[in-house]
Amino acid sequence: MSSLAEPTHAPPPGRSVHRHRLATRLWHWVNAIAVFIMIGSGLGISNAHPRLYWGQYGANFDTAWLELPRWPGWLTIPGHYDLALSRRWHLFFALVMAFALLAFMIASLVNRHFQRDLRVRRADVTPRHLWGDLKAHLTFRFHDPERPGAYNTLQKLSYVLAIFVLIPLLILTGLALSPGMDAAWPWLTELFGGRQSARSIHFIAMALLSGFVIVHLALVILAGPMNELRSMITGWWRVPGDAA
Amino acid sequence: MSVLLTRRRLVTGGALGAGALLAGCDRAIEVPAVRKILFTGEDMQRGLHRALTDRGALAREFSAAEVSPIFRSNGTRDPGTPAYAAMAAGGFASWRLAVTGLVNRPLSLSLAQLRSMPARTQITRHDCVEGWSAIGKWTGPMLGNVLKLADIRRDARYIVFRCADSIGGHRYYESIDLIDAFHPQTILAWGMNDAPLDVAHGAPVRLRVERQLGYKHAKYVMGIEAVASLAGIGQGKGGFWEDWVDYDWYAGI
Repeated sequence: MSSLAEPTHAPPPGRSVHRHRLATRLWHWVNAIAVFIMIGSGLGISNAHPRLYWGQYGANFDTAWLELPRWPGWLTIPGHYDLALSRRWHLFFALVMAFALLAFMIASLVNRHFQRDLRVRRADVTPRHLWGDLKAHLTFRFHDPERPGAYNTLQKLSYVLAIFVLIPLLILTGLALSPGMDAAWPWLTELFGGRQSARSIHFIAMALLSGFVIVHLALVILAGPMNELRSMITGWWRVPGDAA
Repeated sequence: MSVLLTRRRLVTGGALGAGALLAGCDRAIEVPAVRKILFTGEDMQRGLHRALTDRGALAREFSAAEVSPIFRSNGTRDPGTPAYAAMAAGGFASWRLAVTGLVNRPLSLSLAQLRSMPARTQITRHDCVEGWSAIGKWTGPMLGNVLKLADIRRDARYIVFRCADSIGGHRYYESIDLIDAFHPQTILAWGMNDAPLDVAHGAPVRLRVERQLGYKHAKYVMGIEAVASLAGIGQGKGGFWEDWVDYDWYAGI
């Protein structure tokens, strides 16, 4: 079971390696569905009051720093304006997303996925290495032939950003929107500078996560969609040849 | 190029799949079992709140400098009935708060009587289910004191608030449990921002049940009823919005 090959034993192109463990694959798909529903239902909720503020309070007569568009029905859950149902979807899948992340984090510490595959080393983030990684991306080379199973640095950084920053931030700012939680954990709301600030940060984090999803899907397609899809379903990933 | 074709097919397929999933959500919610599962989210959230947080925690109170310059009104801005208009014209001198149900001493309190009770003043944040917040200063007696005055019975479990306004032909009402009813910040507010409560904000008296969303804060309160169960009241879900629009009864989230 060579999950990530050592540089000295690089698997030759065309060979399959077991790249993603069960916990990773399970979480990936549960989370994909949850994120999809959270964004759709969240945009539905946004339509109820499409204005964002900074600070403790903010309503129609206060200054909004951002006026959002009215999200069309093909982007929202449900497909017509229904705040109650959008909230039902959102608050149910909030639990799915949060507890799935918690379970994935525990599993990935235990099976060392985080330490092995996502740890960003000092050498990874030198300007020279990042520049090289960027150039490789621009020529659509996503895998180090020496260690084809490993994530490249930009990939690692974007996964770390999504898993350890954006999704936790969405969960915490979401909790800070709850008036019950605000009374129970006032420090949480204050951490973000008030409920309306938390709501703004919630939206910004959602926008960034949407950006991640779009780039992620684009790169899956560029890197060889069938191979990438198979590896996230079965775990088995074929080491690409020179072209890909 | 077969690779290109596959990619194109995958992108189209993916987009169609995403569209189908979105539409599927609308289709799925029509299935009673799915709807039921989705609606258990409220029970789970409530259960987690109750398990993980202090039920007596106080909502944050703000300073006078932090009050919203304009506190927007929402929902009913004037009940508009002749009976209410007549009460308002008379400065609510004829208004009576009926305290009934599972109490040993039913009450009928005038506004003057309610104002003569020891009052609590609190500057709190009002959070609408729509997402906006406004900070205001509220004054009124603690609901718990009114319930003690009425000598509430031990078999009471919920407090129901009957209101003077109707939406879409349905009388507005709300309900809370006894822990929230006896919470020190749960007051029957007759004052707002150092003035008598105005019509747009629920004159003469509205409920303040901090730690829950705006729709729980019943305006134009006419009656308070202590009950053992919410069944048989309205559609049985504990409030106007809960009955007709599927809002959560537990509005702490």
